Parts: sequence; structure tokens; C-alpha cells
Amino acid sequence: MCLALPCRIVELRPDDRALVELDGVGKEISLALVDDAAVGDYVIVHVGYALSRLDPEEAAKTLALFAELGEAARQERDADPAGR
Amino acid sequence: MRFIDEFRDGELASGLAAAIRRVVRRDREYRFMEFCGGHTHTISRYGLSDLLPHQVRMIHGPGCPVCVLPIGRIDMAIRLVRDAGVMLCSYGDPMRVPASGGLSLLKAKAGPGRASGSDIRMIYSAADALLVARQNPQRQVVLLAIGFETTTPPTALVIKQAQALGLGNFSVLCCHVLTPPAIASILDSPEVRQGGSVGIDGLVGPAHVSTIIGTQPYEFVAEQYRKPVVVAGFEPLDVMQAILMLIEQVNAGRALVENQFSRAVTREGNRKAQNLMAEVFELRRSFAWRGLGDLPFSALRIRREFAEFDAERRFAIRYEAVADHPACECGAILRGVKRPSQCRLFASVCTPENPVGSCMVSSEGACAAHYSFGRFADLERVS
Ligand code: SF4
Repeated sequence: MCLALPCRIVELRPDDRALVELDGVGKEISLALVDDAAVGDYVIVHVGYALSRLDPEEAAKTLALFAELGEAARQERDADPAGR
Repeated sequence: MRFIDEFRDGELASGLAAAIRRVVRRDREYRFMEFCGGHTHTISRYGLSDLLPHQVRMIHGPGCPVCVLPIGRIDMAIRLVRDAGVMLCSYGDPMRVPASGGLSLLKAKAGPGRASGSDIRMIYSAADALLVARQNPQRQVVLLAIGFETTTPPTALVIKQAQALGLGNFSVLCCHVLTPPAIASILDSPEVRQGGSVGIDGLVGPAHVSTIIGTQPYEFVAEQYRKPVVVAGFEPLDVMQAILMLIEQVNAGRALVENQFSRAVTREGNRKAQNLMAEVFELRRSFAWRGLGDLPFSALRIRREFAEFDAERRFAIRYEAVADHPACECGAILRGVKRPSQCRLFASVCTPENPVGSCMVSSEGACAAHYSFGRFADLERVS
């Protein structure tokens, strides 16, 4: 019930509505709960409503952090393969 | 799919698992509750427990709106259809929740009597319910509105739209519940407070609820209960990172609210949605939750200004408590006290095709998640 998915806005329509695309499928949703969403933005969509905008910079930072954390752990293991 | 697939990458997951192994102390246990059913689903579906060291134990929380809906609320919806002759619109998941007398909305829809097939409709969006009302002006149409703060703003919007349109045949059976009081109830329960059967060292906080309410409402957990909270996205790597962040807080003796899901959540949340909710809804004095009992100020009802769109007022119906199936352990599972495999009906009598309790209905329910993805592994671990 609380699941929601990031979708890309492909077209703005009247009455706070927009066409979004997810995995090649188009769907009309409501933008009434978010401000200033534009074509190309990603929004998190739940039961036909965008709940928030997705910040691509923050997403990139999180992904970079995943990689960094894994790399650090790997280096430590390689330096001390018999350790732990 | 962008912003989904990257957060499911297997290589990065093994890196994060290594990072977790690196920080875990061998001389202690870490017990974290994932509040949301969405996280429960992710943990089961991607087998995250298998990636975690044995010192880390995840406990399922009550954050599944379908699971916490008591039988009496579904009964109200069925009564509206059968006795008041309304056309009822429901999201998919509540349709299969067992109600009194062996019924469910789905069975009531298929069964004989006044409720013919078209009187109970499954909808995808609250906006669909409004459309049904406009297309059927001769009928009373009721939206069975359930959900945490994620699903509440759309309900507020359609009530306002119905008012603007002067729709006289639309109303809402409001069953919206709030996350922070449910968290407080878990932390206040004797099992947790007295460090009894379920000590909790930290919480994985809701993803999509938090896009609306922000991270600020969890600060009392850190301040008053001294438990760390990490708000996390629903993808597997998000959950792994949140667990890592929780372990680091526990190791350092810290209790803070941290935000792993920074790509969609802020401390303040979505003000526009919050204002809408405040305009249309007010707190109920008390609300019955399955498993958690009556919790004060834990749910919403429709304000007097919108009274005509409140199905409880319009049709003068009341909630009546109904006992759960005596063998169903949903209550204990929702409080984190038991696991699905400890219910003797699990996977024998109770299956997703034929659910006995609500936790087996939604894919976010702990029983359904275990049944679909982890029951054999889990049975082994428990026995
Ligand atoms: S397995 Fe079925 S009966 Fe048992 S606790 Fe889960 S939902 Fe209830």
C-alpha cells in the first residue's frame, strides 16, 4: 500500500496533471501535491499522485557512497585476507 | 528503470555487506525493527537476511496499513454496501482482508444478495472513486480510504474536489492512521520497554511516509527513547545502507535521526501535502489497530467543515470491535513479538490464496512476505 515508484514526467497537462513514463509505459498522474515539477523531472508516484520530487544529485551521492563503502571494505579484506 | 535498478545492483550489495561485516562487533547482538511493510517485503524478496552477519536481527514492525486494519472496519464497509446500498470503492489490498462471517469485500462482491458485482469496485487511485461518483449520480458512492500518511493527502484532495464540485453522492470511510503514534506504541510496549522478549536497538524508518511528513516527526524516538532511527528507501541497497548506519550509531552510543533516503525525503517533508491534510482531517481521540489495540490520537477523521463527505456521519454507522481468529498471531507479529513461522496456521491453513489474517493479505504483510520468499529458510533458522 505504501509502495511508490520513481517516474519521469514526459508531458504537463491541464489541471495539475501530467503524463509520466515508467519502464516504457505512459500513465496520467496528478501533480497537485508537488510544486514546480517540470518535464524531465522524476517524481515518486503513489496511487496516481506525485508525492515528492526525486533529487538526482542526492541519488548520485548515495550511489557513490555505496561504491565507496564497498571499496573500503574490500581493500581492508585484501590487505588482510586471513583476518577476522 | 532509472532510480530503481541502480539501487538493486548485486555487486554494490556485496560491497555493502562487507562494510557491514567490518563494523559489526562480535560481542553483541543488534536488533533493528523495520517499521514498514515495504522494508519487510524488500528484506524477504532480496534475501537480505542472508547477507547480514548473524549478530544482526531484523524484527518486523506494524507498518502495513492493510495489516493493522481491524476486522470491524472492513465489516463497516460491507454493511454500507449491504444495508445502506452504497457503491463502495476500495484499493486492491483491502479487498481480500478477512471480515466477520467468513466474508471479505471480494467475497461480498461475488456473493449473493444486494451486493452485486458492480457495487464493490477496485480502484487504483482516489481520483477513480470521484470519477465513479460523477458517473453514477443516482448512487451513493463511498471510498474506503486506508493507509498511512502516504495515502492520506490524495484522500484530502478528493474530498476538497468533491466539495468544490458540490457532489452530493460522494463520501469517504476514513481509516487513515498515523506512523509516529504506532512507533511510540511499540516502544512503550512492555516487551520492548523492559528489555524483555523484544529489545530494539534502532529503527529503520519509513520511506514514502517520510516524503510527506519528513524526518522531523521521528526525533522524539531519538530524544525520548534513545533509539537511533534511519529513514531509508525501499530498494535493497537502501535498506543495507540504513542497517550499516544504525550499527555505526549503536557502536558509537549515539541515538540520532538520520536520512538515508535523501533523494526524496527532507527534514520538513511535503508542506503542501501536510497543509492539505490539516485542512481536511483532525485527530481521532482513539482508534483501534489490529495487534496494537486502541491507540490514542493515532488516526484521522474528517473535520466538521467537510462533514457531508464523511461516510460515518452520512450513514450514521459505528465501529464495532470484532475478535481476530483465535489462532491467528497477526497481533503478536505486528508488535514484533512473534515471527510468521511461529503461527501454527502459517502456510498450512493460511496462505495468500486463502488468508486467515490480514498479515497474509498484502505483499507487505510479514506473513505474505515470508510465505512468498523466505518461509523455508526461515523455518530452518527458527527450528
Ligand atoms: S499465518 Fe495467517 S493466521 Fe497465522 S499470523 Fe499470519 S496471517 Fe495470521
